[in-house]
Amino acid sequence: MSINRRQFLRRVGLVSALGLGGSFVITSLRGKKVEAASSVAEYETSKDALVAKHWAMVVDMSKFKTEEDFKKVVDSCVSIHNIPDIGNLKDEIKWIWEDDYEHTFSGGENEYLTESFKKLPFAVICNHCENPPCVKACPTGATFKRPDGIVDMDYHRCIGCRFCMGACPYGARSFNWRDPRPFIKKIDPDFPTRTQGVVEKCTFCVERLADGVMPACVEASNGGLIFGDLDDPNSEVRKIISTKYTIRRKVELGTQPSVYYLIGGGNNA
Amino acid sequence: MYKGGRIIASLIIFVAFLTFPFFYNMGKANAGPVNLTANIQKIANTQCVEPAEFMRANHMQLLNQWRNAYVRDGQTVYTNSQGEKFNIDLSTCIKCHSTGTESNPVGTINPATNPVGVSNPALNTSDQFCISCHNYVSVKPTCWSCHSETGGATK
Amino acid sequence: MLEKALTGSKRYWAWIFFLLAVIAVGLVAYFRQYNYGLGLTGMSRDVSWGLYIAQFTFLVGVAASAVMLVTPYYLHDFKKFGKMVILGEFLAISSVIMCIFFIFVDVGQPMRILNVLLYPQLHSVMFYDMCVLFGYLFINIVVGWTTLGAERKGTPPPKWIKPIIYISIPWAFSIHTVTAFLYAGLPGRPFWLSAIMAARFLAAAFAAGPAFLILLVLIVRKVSKFDADPPGVGAIQSLVKIIRYAMIANIFFYICEVFTAFYSNIPEEMAPFKYAFVGLDGHTSLVPFMWAATILAFIGIGLLIFPTRKNKVLLPLALVAIYIANWIDKGVVLIIAGFVPNPFGRVTEYFPTSNELAIVVGVYAIGTLVLTVLYKVAISVREQNQI
Repeated sequence: MSINRRQFLRRVGLVSALGLGGSFVITSLRGKKVEAASSVAEYETSKDALVAKHWAMVVDMSKFKTEEDFKKVVDSCVSIHNIPDIGNLKDEIKWIWEDDYEHTFSGGENEYLTESFKKLPFAVICNHCENPPCVKACPTGATFKRPDGIVDMDYHRCIGCRFCMGACPYGARSFNWRDPRPFIKKIDPDFPTRTQGVVEKCTFCVERLADGVMPACVEASNGGLIFGDLDDPNSEVRKIISTKYTIRRKVELGTQPSVYYLIGGGNNA
Repeated sequence: MYKGGRIIASLIIFVAFLTFPFFYNMGKANAGPVNLTANIQKIANTQCVEPAEFMRANHMQLLNQWRNAYVRDGQTVYTNSQGEKFNIDLSTCIKCHSTGTESNPVGTINPATNPVGVSNPALNTSDQFCISCHNYVSVKPTCWSCHSETGGATK
Repeated sequence: MLEKALTGSKRYWAWIFFLLAVIAVGLVAYFRQYNYGLGLTGMSRDVSWGLYIAQFTFLVGVAASAVMLVTPYYLHDFKKFGKMVILGEFLAISSVIMCIFFIFVDVGQPMRILNVLLYPQLHSVMFYDMCVLFGYLFINIVVGWTTLGAERKGTPPPKWIKPIIYISIPWAFSIHTVTAFLYAGLPGRPFWLSAIMAARFLAAAFAAGPAFLILLVLIVRKVSKFDADPPGVGAIQSLVKIIRYAMIANIFFYICEVFTAFYSNIPEEMAPFKYAFVGLDGHTSLVPFMWAATILAFIGIGLLIFPTRKNKVLLPLALVAIYIANWIDKGVVLIIAGFVPNPFGRVTEYFPTSNELAIVVGVYAIGTLVLTVLYKVAISVREQNQI
C-alpha cells in the first residue's frame, strides 16, 4: 500500500460525505411519497371556533375588589393549564397574577396618589401586543403571532434560549427551570404540562377559543374581565375602549398591548 | 506494514465489538412487540384515522402534521382520505388504542417514586400504549414529557 | 499538522491532562444540569440570563479582536505583526468555540438547537448571531490552517486565501455588532437600549482581546523557543498603542452612557447604573465588582500611557488589569444589571451556583485546551522553520 495518510483521510472523508449525502437524498424522496399519500387529507378549523380579527381584553378595575375576586380568576387558569406551584420566586411560573399601580405601569410612582388607588390590585397577563418584541426576538418562531392577534406558544419548537423573556417589556413570560410535574396540584389531562427547558405564558386560551368557549379567566371573573374582538365595532371591548377612559402598560414603547385597564369603572367614569 | 501486527489485531477486536450484537442474537427467536394486539385494540368495523397500512408506515409524519396544524395554524379538524372528520387531539388516538385500565392520573412521572421529576426525553419512560412498539424498535418518542392522557394502556 | 500537538514535553502533557480533568468535572456538572434543568443555576424568572450568556458576550469580543492584527498586517502591510497574526487567529478560533459551548449549556432544550437553522426567522437577531459566529469560526480555521500550512512548506499561501482574509475584517466587526444588537434592540431593558452598545462592545473587545493576546505571547516566549515579537521588532508595543486607545474609547463611551442616564434623571435609565455602582433597594451584590472594574480600568490605562508600558513587570500587570476590568464589565455586570430592576421595578438578585461555576470553568477549560493544541501546532511549525 503506497497510499499516504493525507490521501487516506481524504478518501475516507469523501466516502462518508457521499454516504451521508446519499442517505439524505433517500430520506427526502421517501418524505415526498408520504406527502403525496396524505395530500388528499384536509385540515380546517372547527365550526364552533370563536374567530376574531383582533382579540383584546378589558380589565374592569371596578369588579376587582377582594382577594376572592382574584383567586377565582387565577385558580381557573392554574387548574386547566397545569401551572405548577414551584414554591420559590426564583423558579416560579405564572400566567396571570396581580400587582399594584406603581409597579404595573411605567412612571407609576406618585406619592400624592389616593391610598385606595395605590393599593388597587391590577390583573397582569401577557398583553398580546400588536408589535410583540418577543416574537421579533424568537430565533425559531416558537412564539408567533396568529392572524387573530394572539401571541401564541409552540412548546415543541422552543429551544429554551429565553431571548423572548429578555425582550418582553412586561415580564409576562416564565421559564420551566425544572420539571414542572411534581409541582402540579392536579394534572388536567386535556392540556399538556410542558417540560423543563421551555418558555410559557398566557395564550388567551386558544384551545378554548377553538372549541367556542371564552378564556377561563374571563369566565371565572364574573364580568371583571371582558374579552372580545377589537375589530368588531359592536363588541363590548370596542364599545368600552372607544367611549370610556382606559390605560395600558408602557404605551411609550410602541408595542400596542391588547390588554386595557378600565379604571373609570361603570359608576365612576 | 509499519506496526502491522498491532494494527491488524486492533482491527479484529474492533470488528468483534461492532458485530457483537449480531452474534449474540443469532439464532434467537424474534420476540416482537409486547402485547401488540391487546394494545392496538381493534374495535369491530372501525379503522384508525387512516387505513392501518398507512398508519403503520406514516403515523409519525401524520402526528407531526397534526401538531403543526393544531398548534401553529389553529386548525382542529382533520378530514381523512375517505372524507371522515376527526378532532385533532391525542385523545382521538387514546379512545381506541387503550386497554381501558385506569392509568396513573399524574401521567408519566409518579412523584412518589421520582421526586426530582426527570422529564427530559432521553430518560423518559411512559405508561402509554405507544411504548409497546416503541420499546421494541428502540425509538423513544418525546411526547409524554409534556402530554399526559388518562386511560393510557400500560405495557 | 495536527500531529505536532501529539508530541511534547512532560510539562505540556501535564497541562493537557490537567485541562482534561477540569473538563471532566465540567461534564459531570453539565449532566446534572441536563437532568435537573437550568434551575440548577442561579438564574430566575427575573434574571433569565446569567453567567453563561455573559461569558458568551465577553468571548465574542475576544474573538473579534483578531481583526486588530489582521487589518494592519494584511490590509496595510504592517510587517511587524507578521509573527503574531497566527496566534491572534487561533485565539479567535478558541474563543468562538467557547462561545458556541456557552450557548449550548445555556439553552433549555439543547437537543432542539438545530431548530434555529431548520426554521430560520429572519427578524431574529439571534438567528444572525448563529450564522455570523459559525461563519467566523469557519473563516479563521481556513485562514489560520492554510497560512500556517503554507509556512510549514516554505511557500507563500495560495491566492484564494486573500479574499477570505479581507472578508474576515468586516466579518469580525459584524460578530460583535450582531451580539451587541441582541441587547440594544430590546425595548423593555433600558440599561441595554442604547445606540452606543455596539461601539462600546467593539472598543472593549479591541482592548481586552489584544491584551490577552500579548499575555499569551509572553507565555509562549517562556515555554518555547518561539518569540512572536523578537527584539527590535516592536510588535508588542504597537499592539499596546491599539489597546491603549481602544480602552480610552471604551471608558469614554461608558462615561457618555453614565452622563445620559444621570443628567436626564430618568428613573429607568438611572436604576441599573445605581444598582451596579451603589446598590438598589439595599441590594448591593454587584457593587464590589463594578468598582474593582473601574479602578482596574484606570490603573491599566495609566500604566499603558506612561513609560511604565515598557516595563517588563508593569506591562503584564497593566494588561491583566485591562482584561479583568473588561471581563467584569461584560462578563459579570452588563447582563445581570440589564435585568435589574425587573419590568415591575423590583430587584431580584442573581448568585451563580457552584454547579453553574463548574460548567463555566469546564467550558473555559475546553477553550484553553483548543488554544493549547493550536498554539502547540503553530509553535512547532515556527520552531521547525527556524531550525
